[in-house]
Amino acid sequence: MATKIFKHIQSTAVPLPIENIDTDQIIPARFLKATTRDGFGNNLFRDWRFDENDNPKQEFVLNNPTYAGKVLVAGKNFGCGSSREHAAWALSDYGFDAVVSSFFADIFKGNALNNGLLPVQVSDDFLAKIFDELYSDKDAQLEIDLEQQVIRISNTGDEEAFEINPYKKACLTNGYDDIDYILSNKALVEEFEAKR
Amino acid sequence: MRAQRGNLVESYKSDEIASFLAMTNFSIMGNTLFDKIWDAHVVSSKEGFPDILYIDTHFIHEVTSPQAFDGLRKRGLPVLRPKQTVATADHNVPTWDQHLPIKEELSRYQVDMLTKNCAEFGVELYGLGHPYQGIVHVIGPELGITRPGGTYVCGDSHTSTHGAFGAIAFGIGTSQVEQVMATQCLLQSRPKRMKIEVNGKLQNGVGAKDIILYIISKTTAAGGTGYAVEYAGDTIRSLSMEGRMTICNMSIEMGARCGLIAPDNTTIEYVKGREFAPKGEDWDKAVAYWKTLYSDDDAQFDSVLSFNAEDIEPMITYGTNPGMGIGVTQHVPVTADVDPTEQKSYANSLAYMGLHDDESLIGKPIDYVFIGSCTNSRIEDLREVATFVKGRHKADHVTVWVVPGSKQVQEQAIAEGLDKVFEAAGFPLREPGCSACLGMNEDKIPAGKYCVSTSNRNFEGRQGPNSRTILASPLTAAAAAVTGRITDIRELLAERELVG
Repeated sequence: MATKIFKHIQSTAVPLPIENIDTDQIIPARFLKATTRDGFGNNLFRDWRFDENDNPKQEFVLNNPTYAGKVLVAGKNFGCGSSREHAAWALSDYGFDAVVSSFFADIFKGNALNNGLLPVQVSDDFLAKIFDELYSDKDAQLEIDLEQQVIRISNTGDEEAFEINPYKKACLTNGYDDIDYILSNKALVEEFEAKR
Repeated sequence: MRAQRGNLVESYKSDEIASFLAMTNFSIMGNTLFDKIWDAHVVSSKEGFPDILYIDTHFIHEVTSPQAFDGLRKRGLPVLRPKQTVATADHNVPTWDQHLPIKEELSRYQVDMLTKNCAEFGVELYGLGHPYQGIVHVIGPELGITRPGGTYVCGDSHTSTHGAFGAIAFGIGTSQVEQVMATQCLLQSRPKRMKIEVNGKLQNGVGAKDIILYIISKTTAAGGTGYAVEYAGDTIRSLSMEGRMTICNMSIEMGARCGLIAPDNTTIEYVKGREFAPKGEDWDKAVAYWKTLYSDDDAQFDSVLSFNAEDIEPMITYGTNPGMGIGVTQHVPVTADVDPTEQKSYANSLAYMGLHDDESLIGKPIDYVFIGSCTNSRIEDLREVATFVKGRHKADHVTVWVVPGSKQVQEQAIAEGLDKVFEAAGFPLREPGCSACLGMNEDKIPAGKYCVSTSNRNFEGRQGPNSRTILASPLTAAAAAVTGRITDIRELLAERELVG
């Protein structure tokens, strides 16, 4: 089954300079009771976004009309903790196409890539530059070129290369899917089983 | 490259090998335990692609499987190997009156959906009411499904628990759950290898949970990311299987892909005779293979860390990730001493916990104690707590929940009379499930309350919105329940010794 095709993003961005954002913050466990992949965006960062009476917390960046965009920029070790793919679904469903951080947790990174949400890992210095730029110009744009594997701050022209597994890159740019790939090797799987 | 090693070695003379090694950074070295198991499960390894890794057993539960089953329906695919798939209901289930229908509608729907999906796709389900039901990482080992040398995955990050048997086991997302259902394989890049050694004698009152909290406090919550971690050293080797599971369980809390411990007689004795363990000739063959599963003396690790058991105190956490741990007598680190880029997050974390710089937590009043979760809910954990609380009683202001990891653990505890000991101490023994570890069912810690918890995560809101979690060992949690405060378990144990 083909997935979303991803090549290039140019967008304003939302700064969230907090380290070790775990998937319990991205989507708390009590919202994992759905049996479909839809609608998780409403509860993205639920307990940071809303108080106990479901009123928006004004100080949280997603409730701040100054910032919007398809790119979330966060502190290091983003997505640590629970393996819940609902975290990637919630970010996508809310409208993010990419998350930029100086370090990603392993399982989250895989889940994001499997859902057309691009994790862009940059250096600590480049991350700091992005935050500086976003805080001096809320309309600052980030350009992410997946083909070239480059992220650029449009205003300043600062850019940095980022890594991505070549197979996962091919999946994202062509809409390939892991299951199709393994099924195309089904004979090898059966051969492996027969040998054991 | 790895697979061709034998040929390469044979085709070069020794001086040529040396220059080849110098050129390529390639070395003739033994294999790690991790690589031995990985290599035995590679279906296909192709340049530029992740390996196709064969999965021996896929564990599933109600929360991360419904979308995967839906995906199979959309593709018109079956579960390829239903006999290698094991299901249970654990995350969402009540831990009281389990014989009654689940009251909460969404939870009930999700558990019912698992029952329906398992029936449709021919997967064995140990659901509510089944004698084998329980937390997925407790039942796999206790049923003899988890064995040395195997590969195990589950849509749950604490799947690393199963690595205690000398297996590769890790958590996956729901797209990967669908992938394993459809193909019995997983696309995975080989992680780097780390060895963590712990040597020496543990202090009285210090156990496996303290060891792993100590390790994570040193590595930080991200320090293991990208690594498969092998735990070694005489302290690790001296642990029971339950203790080893506690250690491997929390590997993910330092970000590691998985954790594992080489199998030995302790492992073999634990697996022997369990429901699904191999029997007769199969057993002998299996044991012979398991005895080959260790890291060779000259195996190379990408990173090696060593710790002394004597340095480890009973541990507690003070912050909002499991890397924020200290010895119980130590003080909360001062914000100014933290890496400048992290000071804001650090200060937020302390504010959330209602703690301040340089605070000592000894004597701090607490409200709840949770003894349970896939980290510490096995029979040995319950025995340890029961031994300590016998003849003692919880403090009046503290609510204590003891949640067994499985129906079998619950039955065993009752057979040994532990339930009576708990009852007398004011610690009701509940029914099995994930419970207050993540508060998906009604077992939630109220806002602002402190819970000393034997679980694995102290994230904000993990045990309920605005709840405050202090992670600790079963003994430290039991001590807090009895005194109503954060307590150094070593003092209570010494007291008892004095009294005789």
